Amino acid sequence: MTLLARSVGLGERVRQVSATFEPGTITAICGPNGAGKSSLLELLAGLTAPERGSIEIDGASLSLLKPRMRAQRIGYLPQDQGIAWDVAARAVAELGRLPHRDTNAEPVEAAMAALDVAHLATRRAQTLSGGEKARVLLARVLAGEPEWVLADEPLAALDLGHQHAMMRHLRALADGGIGVVVVLHDLAHAMNRADRVLVLDAGRGIVHGPPLEALSARIIAQVWGIEAEWIGRRGEQALITRSPVEA
Amino acid sequence: MTRPVLFLCFLLALAMPASLLAGQGSLDGVHARLILIELRLPRVLLAVTIGAGLGASGAAMQGYLRNPLADPGLFGIAPGAALGAVIALWFGYTASPWLLPLFALAGAGGAMGLLAAIAGRTGGIALFTLAGLMVSSLAGALTALAISLAPNAFAMSEIVLWLNGALTDRSWREVYLAAPLVLAGIAILHRSGPMLDALTLGEPVARSLGVDTTTLLWLLITGIACTVGASVAVAGIVGFVGLVVPHLVRPLTDRRPSSLIVPSGLAGALLVLAADSIVRLLPLMTELRLGIMLSLLGAPFFLWLLVRMRRGLGGMA
Repeated sequence: MTLLARSVGLGERVRQVSATFEPGTITAICGPNGAGKSSLLELLAGLTAPERGSIEIDGASLSLLKPRMRAQRIGYLPQDQGIAWDVAARAVAELGRLPHRDTNAEPVEAAMAALDVAHLATRRAQTLSGGEKARVLLARVLAGEPEWVLADEPLAALDLGHQHAMMRHLRALADGGIGVVVVLHDLAHAMNRADRVLVLDAGRGIVHGPPLEALSARIIAQVWGIEAEWIGRRGEQALITRSPVEA
Repeated sequence: MTRPVLFLCFLLALAMPASLLAGQGSLDGVHARLILIELRLPRVLLAVTIGAGLGASGAAMQGYLRNPLADPGLFGIAPGAALGAVIALWFGYTASPWLLPLFALAGAGGAMGLLAAIAGRTGGIALFTLAGLMVSSLAGALTALAISLAPNAFAMSEIVLWLNGALTDRSWREVYLAAPLVLAGIAILHRSGPMLDALTLGEPVARSLGVDTTTLLWLLITGIACTVGASVAVAGIVGFVGLVVPHLVRPLTDRRPSSLIVPSGLAGALLVLAADSIVRLLPLMTELRLGIMLSLLGAPFFLWLLVRMRRGLGGMA
C-alpha cells in the first residue's frame, strides 16, 4: 500500500515532484510560501489532475479511480475551516460517511471519541472554538475510515497547546496504520513529529527523507535563505534562526 | 417524515380548505359548485404548486451558493422565462391559452441552455454565479426593450401587469401544466441534497468526498428550470418566496441544506397560498397582484434580515 507521485507536475506551481508515501507514517511537506505544497496535496488528494506525470495508489492511477472510490480511501482536510451553515458538530462529522453512502453511526462516534469531541456532538458549529472546530473537522475525515489522511496546514489556526494535541492525534492515526501526509510551516513540528519530510522549493522536490537529513541547516539555508541551527535533544529540538544568508 | 415536515403538512391541510372559502363572491347561490371547483380549487392548487417550487428552489440555491441571501432568480431562469412570456404577449400570441406558458417554458429552457453552455463543463460555483447574473441582466434588458417598443399601449400594460405575477383567472389547464414540472423539479433538487450538505465545508472538501460538482450543477439547473420555469409560466414573476422561506424554515430544521428543501417547499406553498388568499379578500377596486403582495411582505423582511446580520447576531444561518 503506497501513495506515489511520479514526476508529477501542474503548471508553474508544481514543476516536478517524485515521492513515495508509506502507510503508518507521518510525512511532512515543508517549503517556503509558494513552493507548491498545497497544490501538491491537492494533486495527491485527486482534487486536481496532474498535467505531467501521475499519482498512483497501490500501483493504479488515481485519476482512473471513480471519485467516490477515491473518496473512500483518501481523506482531505483543507486549511479553510469554514462551515457554511450553523449545523451541529455531529452533522459535520457525519459528512465523512458520504463516500460510503451510509449513515453508519459507529465510525462517526469512534472518530469523535478519538479526537475528544464526543461531548460536542450537539454543539452548533458557530459556537465551537478554533481548537474544537479543528478537531471536529479532522473527525469528519476519520469518520470516512480513510487509508490516507492529507492535511493542509492543520496547525495554522491553533495555539501552542492545540498544535501539540493535533500532532498527537495525527501520530495516533499513523500508529493505527493510516498514511498521514501533512503540510507544515513549523519546521520544529516537522523535525520532532514527522517520520519523513519532503522539502519543496519553487515547485520542485528538493529532498525527501528522515527529518534530520531533510531539514539540515544546509537545506534550510538553501531553501529558506535563513541561517539556522537545531538545538536540544532528539524529539524536542528547537530551531534557532539568525539573519538571512547573504546571497 | 421529520417533525417540521409533519407540522407544515398539517398547517397546509388547514389552510387549503380555508383558502377555498376566501373570496369576494358569495358561495350561497346556484354557482357555488362552479366557483369552487372551476375557479377557486385550481387557484388554490396553483398557489400551493408554485409556492412549493419557489420555496424548494430557494433552499437548494442557498445551499449551493452557501449564502443565505441567494435567490433562485440569480440563475437567470426566472428572467428567462419572463422574457419568453413577454415575447408571447408582445406578438399578441394570447389567442391560444397554451402559447404564453409554453413561450415562458422555452425562455426558461433557453436561459438554462445558455448557463450550461457557459459554465456547465467546469462546474465552478463562481463562474456559474457570474454566468447566471449575466443571463439575468440580458433577459431583464430584453424584457425592458420589449416593454419600451411595445406595439400598442394595451400590449404594454398587459406585459407590465403580467410581470407582477398573479393567480387571477387561472384554470385547471395551468395546474396540469405546472404541477408535474414542479414535482419533478423538487424531486431533482431533493436528490441533490447530500451533495449540498457536503458543500457546507467548501467546494474542495465536497470534491474530496466524491461529489461530482458538474453533476450537482446539472441537477440544480434542471431542478430550478422545472420549478421556477413552471412557476413563472403560469403565474408571472412571484418574488421573495425563494429568498424568505428558507430563512423562516431553517430554525425548525437541523440546518443542513438537505433537511431544508422539502420543508421550504411546504412553507413556500403555505406562504403563497396565504398571500393569494389575502389578495382575494382585500376590498380593492382591482385585485392587488400577488407578486406585489409578496414583495410588500418580503422586502421589509429582507431589510430586517440585513439589520440582524449587521448586528452580527448569528443571522447568517
